[in-house]
Amino acid sequence: MNWISNYVRPKINSLFSRREVPENLWSKCEECGTMLFHRELSDNLHVCTSCDHHMAICPRERFASLFDGGVFGEIEVPETRPDPLQFRDQKKYPDRMKLAQRTTGEAEAMMVVQGEIGRTPIIAAAQDFSFMGGSMGMFVGNAIITAAQAAVQMKRPLILFSAAGGARMQEGILSLMQMPRTTVAVEMLKEAGLPYIVVLTHPTTGGVTASYAMLGDVHIAEPNALICFAGPRVIEQTIREKLPEGFQRAEYLLDHGMLDRVTHRKNMRDELITITRMLLGEGPAIMGDLPAPSPETEQQAPPPADTAPTGAEGSAEAEKA
Amino acid sequence: MTHYLEFEKPLAEIEGKAEELRAMARASEEMDVDKEAEALDRKAADLLAELYKKLDPWRKCLVARHPGRPHCKDYIEALFREYTPLAGDRNFADDHAVMGGLARLGDQPVVVIGHEKGHDTKTRIERNFGMARPEGYRKAIRLMDLADRFNLPVVTLVDTPGAYPGKGAEERGQSEAIARATEKCLQIGVPLVSVIIGEGGSGGAVAFATANRVAMLEHSIYSVISPEGCASILWKDAEKMREAAEALRLTAQDLERLGVIDRIIDEPVGGAQRDREATIAAVGATIGAMLDGLDGLDREGLIQDRRTKFLDMGTKGLAA
Repeated sequence: MNWISNYVRPKINSLFSRREVPENLWSKCEECGTMLFHRELSDNLHVCTSCDHHMAICPRERFASLFDGGVFGEIEVPETRPDPLQFRDQKKYPDRMKLAQRTTGEAEAMMVVQGEIGRTPIIAAAQDFSFMGGSMGMFVGNAIITAAQAAVQMKRPLILFSAAGGARMQEGILSLMQMPRTTVAVEMLKEAGLPYIVVLTHPTTGGVTASYAMLGDVHIAEPNALICFAGPRVIEQTIREKLPEGFQRAEYLLDHGMLDRVTHRKNMRDELITITRMLLGEGPAIMGDLPAPSPETEQQAPPPADTAPTGAEGSAEAEKA
Repeated sequence: MTHYLEFEKPLAEIEGKAEELRAMARASEEMDVDKEAEALDRKAADLLAELYKKLDPWRKCLVARHPGRPHCKDYIEALFREYTPLAGDRNFADDHAVMGGLARLGDQPVVVIGHEKGHDTKTRIERNFGMARPEGYRKAIRLMDLADRFNLPVVTLVDTPGAYPGKGAEERGQSEAIARATEKCLQIGVPLVSVIIGEGGSGGAVAFATANRVAMLEHSIYSVISPEGCASILWKDAEKMREAAEALRLTAQDLERLGVIDRIIDEPVGGAQRDREATIAAVGATIGAMLDGLDGLDREGLIQDRRTKFLDMGTKGLAA
């Protein structure tokens, strides 16, 4: 099987995709309360048309609007050992997983793809907040390692969209170990001299912020995104005082030197193209909507085996058998 | 005076009785209570051994947080010679929750870094209960750089409830500081060994424990979140910390099975707090052994060793 498993044509895909056909055709902006029609909302990249509030957007939709012609190839992430701790709170972890898979239609909380933006080949990874809060467990760790390895192999920059409540508690210490694991992935990119750009989206908190999300060459955030280590509620409980307006929001972090830029979602694509091309020492790109790249460009893709992180060889073997 | 944990109540009663008997005997000369007192001592010793033979995860948490356990400062003072503290992150402040500096382990100069919780109200406040702010992690980064430049091994001692969740800490980039400290751990071309001596609290612990070799004291814990925090999120009830402690697999024994740590250091019967000297000596021996084990590796080998260790982590699962 080719490692670029399936091409997703968003226009065709939208006919079948669960997310595109919401049961409720109207959604309410959680910021200003305006009722927004689903088509209008997705045309506007899930940004409220009345108050500019940036709502959550799933990786598939984000990639469809990011890549030239909306075309991207998914890169397979090695599977992980399911429920390594046999974790059980009020529900069993596998049951929580099944529920998340049913409601999102995705296998896990991160998606890794390759494609071109403004005719610039890149690897991209995006976290899916709707899947168990985007939480970082073994899979997300593997996804980031896979993304970094693919980037190194194909000599492409990595653009990562973060969105997560933090580590996945149901994987206990193994989720914590994704902090050093993903940091190793970032090290690989740096050693290979490849740009690593992090786009921090709402919310990016906890162990995710304290590892790969804060180690980018360039940090861009979406407006008003909550970005922090400890959440505002925990801090209020600790210091027993009310926190100021806008605390830990993107603009606040920009003021405090933690971000390079805060950028509206509709300008994100152009900005990423501009920055990436300059870092790569390439000429200015042709902006605007570009058609999908010609098929020749993808044939340089490496074989699948090399993209598997060392840590997941066991599960990859098991899958083959 | 011994500080008894809640589950040690029956033990406290027996030991209290023995103490009482002896006090009475001292008061009136005719009384001979040696036999009775000795019997009580034996009973207490048996009970202690029984209690500590199979501590459940929540009790382990209580022992790991016991105020009488040796802390970072105790280990540094007892195990190292010529300890010379080096302060500050050259940026904002010196974080007293993090101790660090040059020291000799035997004859070998090393850089030692650790979380210090403090031992009474005054020092606890001064040390912020071992909860570091960005300055603490940045101080550690600076010291690791120093070690790297002068080819000195790094020893870290982990004992923190977690990174400090405060307004200033967030403003100054707590997450960035932790991320950079973890990154620095992976970058240095010198041996890095770590011992979790009490609480290994989440990212605040990872920032020091991304090491070539990681050991844990028998009754210490290492976890992505505190059992109380986990209970309030997943059970919506902070009182369910026993269940959460169970589910999180935060004990040294579980973590060894999961391949997250390399070795367990046995504690004296009744925990580190009951024989501090023996505990400190055991930790010292383990640090020495872990450093010796890395002798054959050059700079590149040490960096590669750390990378492979963490990339491979998680493939094991629980053997049980």
